[in-house]
Amino acid sequence: MSEHRLILAGLDGDHTWQLQNYIARGGYEAFRKIIKEKTPPDAIIAEIKASGLRGRGGAGFPTGLKWSFMPRSFPGDKYLACNSDEGEPGTFKDRDILRYNPHTVIEGMLIGAYAMGCSRGYNYIHGEVFEIYQRFEEALDEARAAGLLGQNILGSDFSFELFAHHGYGAYICGEETALLESIEGKKGQPRFKPPFPASYGLYGKPTTVNNTETFASVPFIMKMGGAAFLKLGKPNNGGTKLFSVSGHVCRPGNYELKLGTPFPELLEMAGGMRAGRKLKAVIPGGSSAPVVPADIMMDCTLDFDSIAKAGSMLGSGAVIVMDETTCMVRALERLALFYHEESCGQCTPCREGTGWMYRVIHRIESGAGRPEDLDLLRSVAGNISGRTICALGDAAAGPVQSFVKHFADEFEYHIENKKCLVPPAVQDTGSQIYVSQSC
Amino acid sequence: MLSQESLQQIDREIAKYPPGKKQSALISALRIAQQEKGWLPKEAIEFVAGYIGIPPIAAWEVATFYGMYDLAHVGRHKITVCTNLPCALSGGVHAAEYLKKKLGIDFNETTPDGKFTLKEGECMGACGDAPVLLHNNHHMCSFMTTEKIDEMLADLEKQ
Amino acid sequence: MLDIEIDGKAVQVPEGSTVMDAATLAGIYIPHFCYHKKLSIVASCRMCLVHVEKAPKPLPACATPVTHGMKVWTRSEAALEAQKGVMEFLLINHPLDCPVCDQGGECLLQDLAVGYGSSQARYQEEKRIFVNKNYGSLISSEASRCINCTRCVRFTAEIGGEMEMGQAFRGDHAEIMTFLGCAVDSELSGNVIDLCPVGALTSKPFRYSARTWELSRRRSVSPHDSLGTNLIVQTKNDEVKRVLPLSNEQLNECWLADRDRFSYEALTSAQRLISPMMRNGDNWHPESWQIALAFVSSALRAVVSEQGGQALGALASPHSTVEELYLLQKLARGLGSENVDFRLRCHDFRGDAVRAGVPWLGMTVVDVHDLNSILVIGSFLRKDAPLLAQKVRHSAMRHDLQVCTVGPNAEDWWMPMATRALVPPSEMVDALAAIAAALATMTGKSLSGTLSARVPAEISNDARAIAQSLADGERTAVWLGNLAEQHPRAAELHLWAQEIARLSGASFGFVGEAANSVGGYFAKAIPGEGGLDARAMIESPRHAYLLFGAEPDLDFADGVATVEAMDRARLVVAISAFDSPALRQVADVLLPLAPFTETPGTFVNCIGDVQSFEASTHPRGEARPGWKILRVLGNLLELPGFNQDDFEAVRDEALAGDGSPDIHTRLDNTIGDVPAAVPSAVRANTLQRVADVPVYFADPLVRRALSLQKTADAVQPVARMPLATMASLSVQPAGRVRIKGTGGTVELQAEADENLAPGCIRIAAAHTSTVALGPLHGELSVERL
Repeated sequence: MSEHRLILAGLDGDHTWQLQNYIARGGYEAFRKIIKEKTPPDAIIAEIKASGLRGRGGAGFPTGLKWSFMPRSFPGDKYLACNSDEGEPGTFKDRDILRYNPHTVIEGMLIGAYAMGCSRGYNYIHGEVFEIYQRFEEALDEARAAGLLGQNILGSDFSFELFAHHGYGAYICGEETALLESIEGKKGQPRFKPPFPASYGLYGKPTTVNNTETFASVPFIMKMGGAAFLKLGKPNNGGTKLFSVSGHVCRPGNYELKLGTPFPELLEMAGGMRAGRKLKAVIPGGSSAPVVPADIMMDCTLDFDSIAKAGSMLGSGAVIVMDETTCMVRALERLALFYHEESCGQCTPCREGTGWMYRVIHRIESGAGRPEDLDLLRSVAGNISGRTICALGDAAAGPVQSFVKHFADEFEYHIENKKCLVPPAVQDTGSQIYVSQSC
Repeated sequence: MLSQESLQQIDREIAKYPPGKKQSALISALRIAQQEKGWLPKEAIEFVAGYIGIPPIAAWEVATFYGMYDLAHVGRHKITVCTNLPCALSGGVHAAEYLKKKLGIDFNETTPDGKFTLKEGECMGACGDAPVLLHNNHHMCSFMTTEKIDEMLADLEKQ
Repeated sequence: MLDIEIDGKAVQVPEGSTVMDAATLAGIYIPHFCYHKKLSIVASCRMCLVHVEKAPKPLPACATPVTHGMKVWTRSEAALEAQKGVMEFLLINHPLDCPVCDQGGECLLQDLAVGYGSSQARYQEEKRIFVNKNYGSLISSEASRCINCTRCVRFTAEIGGEMEMGQAFRGDHAEIMTFLGCAVDSELSGNVIDLCPVGALTSKPFRYSARTWELSRRRSVSPHDSLGTNLIVQTKNDEVKRVLPLSNEQLNECWLADRDRFSYEALTSAQRLISPMMRNGDNWHPESWQIALAFVSSALRAVVSEQGGQALGALASPHSTVEELYLLQKLARGLGSENVDFRLRCHDFRGDAVRAGVPWLGMTVVDVHDLNSILVIGSFLRKDAPLLAQKVRHSAMRHDLQVCTVGPNAEDWWMPMATRALVPPSEMVDALAAIAAALATMTGKSLSGTLSARVPAEISNDARAIAQSLADGERTAVWLGNLAEQHPRAAELHLWAQEIARLSGASFGFVGEAANSVGGYFAKAIPGEGGLDARAMIESPRHAYLLFGAEPDLDFADGVATVEAMDRARLVVAISAFDSPALRQVADVLLPLAPFTETPGTFVNCIGDVQSFEASTHPRGEARPGWKILRVLGNLLELPGFNQDDFEAVRDEALAGDGSPDIHTRLDNTIGDVPAAVPSAVRANTLQRVADVPVYFADPLVRRALSLQKTADAVQPVARMPLATMASLSVQPAGRVRIKGTGGTVELQAEADENLAPGCIRIAAAHTSTVALGPLHGELSVERL
């Protein structure tokens, strides 16, 4: 029962992010081998497919399949984008990858660009982590100086220009087409699909967008082989995955596990529940994932399929742990406020519906709820979900639907008694400033 | 309108994008303008639009869409506290309350001496470091216990 | 072709069609707000969600491509549930102010809410409120009614050519606005009123004046530019309340230029002539038609019998109808005068002697869509012909049409431009010759006739680039604009344009200044054998003038000379819809003319379409349709051929021509050789005048449209000069200058204009503040004040 580190391996010392240290850890070996052996692009895509790597950003789409959608013989530029716009509440893994191991992302993008024939790439970095953006710029400078980026890389006929693009505070830009709009210097409003980015992406050119962790996994797959990577996890759930554990645990932080690890093991690695309190519920894949009550969660293994079976999703691997001091109405109110604030305003159901849901939950939380409010919430959430341009509508509706479903009694108590089932003093103990001793 | 240094920084951003795609540098250019001016006045937005060669309303759309632009005056130190759920579970709200009490202001207010502005922030992608706050958009402060908040405020007070 | 079944109806649609296209084809209406056939698709309102077989969730019909064998239900339970859900969201923040909303009765949201809305609101919170915006004098804003469909935003960017509106902020704070509350300046701005599906953007001039169901509707044709835009004129109590576009895919599509939309305000201007007026010394008094016409006929008889028929000159506005122009020339000719013209702002009529037919655009308007390259010579196209410019813009933006220009002006046309050769008026002929020479070299063809001897020694890079663009294009065109037609060497520009077109295989023609710039030729309102043209009638003053629909100071090539000539004449009969100081100065009698909404008539547009229209209202006061005034006058003068029963009879007679059934066969831009004029050297210390006729000064009607007069296009004229020129005169921007022309002196504010050829000064014409300068071209001395 322990972590299985690939991406996070060997990152305990100082300056682990620097090129020389990355190389000392075996960095750029996979890419150099490809250049040296002139590995056919198709062979790389086949290897990624064989690895069972699924997108680490939240949707879990098979990466190899996504790469194979890029047109082979497209005249002109093709683009590669890395989605480091990490702003889904609960998720903080990409920040650590870029902070401690940025070159693995660069190497993963190089391999992806080589496999898909992309000439240019952008890493879209979340607005709030400016220091990470600066660090990535430094890593890019190192790579350029070492001839690993630019024209005729390592003397080959492969050229790839990679740049960092900095966001400035919009959760929606984590949606891949909103991200592309944002790189184009516009508002991050998602595009209607089809067409998909593989045919009409950045500047209207074929583009592939992958998450930071997805790219970071690529060099390891190429080194160990797709089959070995797959074997680390479960069938259809290849490899290791970073889990960002937050909330009421003793040691919040990132843990790299083999996919399929039982949830109780992760909970234990994170030091168990704070102050020995009882687990109440877990949001297993970032704030957009439906909440899962403790008993169901304790039976889950951490992989895409198991969590889906439990009625939620693995998402970005952000595990938000809530103990018995948590008021579920208040928790949902904060999440609903987030989606209300972050809706881009483009399509009607999300623009109008997220605010409506927040206002209803807010009135329940503040003791002004009405008997019909739970039905109203279910109905409004139902009218948003599946009817919007992008997944933010579903992301906003999902928590509402699952909180109301699993904790209906708590909501009903609030409406009837104008107060919380969990006494305020108890709630207060659970929300005190807590910093793990190891920090 | 903007200093030579800011313009050079904007030019560096523009150079990242293919010819004819200067608009891609807009978000960074507005950030650079805001860093220089302390906030983002409309004149600066108009100037940046002109510099990049886009209609001013296109720049205005972007300036109003992304949450980190300050479209009104802020104090010398803008402190943005994350109160989203994962942070709240480790004291994000309490940290914010502590700051409010210490500074004597509420969210979206500035201290009378113009030194501090307090903002409620959304997820910064650092939930493991809760409580987290952002100083002037660019510097992230992690694990902010009341002691560390005191320290930080004392430091900033001196600046 | 793809097979698709919608609501059980099988249809076939071309590849690339959307479900919305297929539904339209099948005659099935799918509710929608953000979708508009002429704008890009954003699929954001979600009202058109439909149920598609095998799709896990409802899909927006506007953006979903048809696949072969697709089955769609637009009114199934799932589809209706989705549509009703969206309707509820749209209504939660929409104010319940339908009773005071101008859109009431023609509101898409109101209409669809009847079918898809619930009678009971579940949203109990306070509704969102936005502050109204000021978009200028034409568009009224009720921001809280906005449903964020962004049609207006897309219109400004995609059709207007400049993103003037945007959706700022995000989530449910998102609101439509301009930057810093600027007015919307596009000359096409009013279209956002039509596009807005709710009452968020309404017409400011029309505001609160009528309900849609109170209005009667008449088809009409715009009297302004040469496109012949189709209109719906809406009236209440015999007064025009509103003008809307009548869709015509061959011409204006579903658009309207602001000039066409808002000029109706002039119809109720206090300056309308509503009774015949006669002069008594310096005093004027209203008079009955009987007495006024008796005076006119006897006075005309007297002049003709004493001084001969050629003592009379007839000058008519090119905005007059075919019927009016035809009867006017018939009257003049009946009195023995061949002095007839309608090309009032032209100066060079050498082309008349060598013209093969009626000049026109030389191509259809829809064919602009397929052009690869176009050269526009001497034009302020965007303001002169806003919707024709829009066609060019559309092709330039969507189909990579290369747009090149030659002329002294290069103001922003809000479209991608290839090459703009910026040359002063005096060098325009040489600039065209250089393009022709470059084309001859490129194509290996030789220049016609004597032209090879007239090629300048040096061929500029611009000339080469333009020649290359025309040579490379498969479908190309050369257009001569208003400035070219009004140029002192217009006939030579015409000749060289013809040569460029011949060498490059382009079509060529004229944009045309006014609604009847083509029709006037068919109506024979041009001088006959021995007759004088518009310029000659002023330069050799007549004893009597018949002035029809034009103002002597503002509608002529040289307002000073025109007023002077008419002032000295023994008799001036002005037939006009409006009174004006200049008319009172020159005329002996003013006969009130019914403008286009008050008379039936016909315009022949720039592509030779004969478009007739009926009166939308009765004439105001004692005003009468021009054709009737002229018919009565013809009868009083006992001239033959003035017995037509209706305007159609006049039209048919006018257009019968030589008996050929199709007037299109008479359209021909061919011109014979015109010798090179020896240009006088430009005098030292002078600047060449470039005169634009601003879009809202161009004709008597639009000049009096009050709301248009408050827009940016109607600001007081200034003296524009390149910065270097200003510096050489030590003039600061916004400083004042004194400008001396042949007609006199004016004082204006100076403004820098880098889109002007060196050595030029651009001063708007058709405005009382600049009339004193005299001719539209020529040299001006400028000094700092």
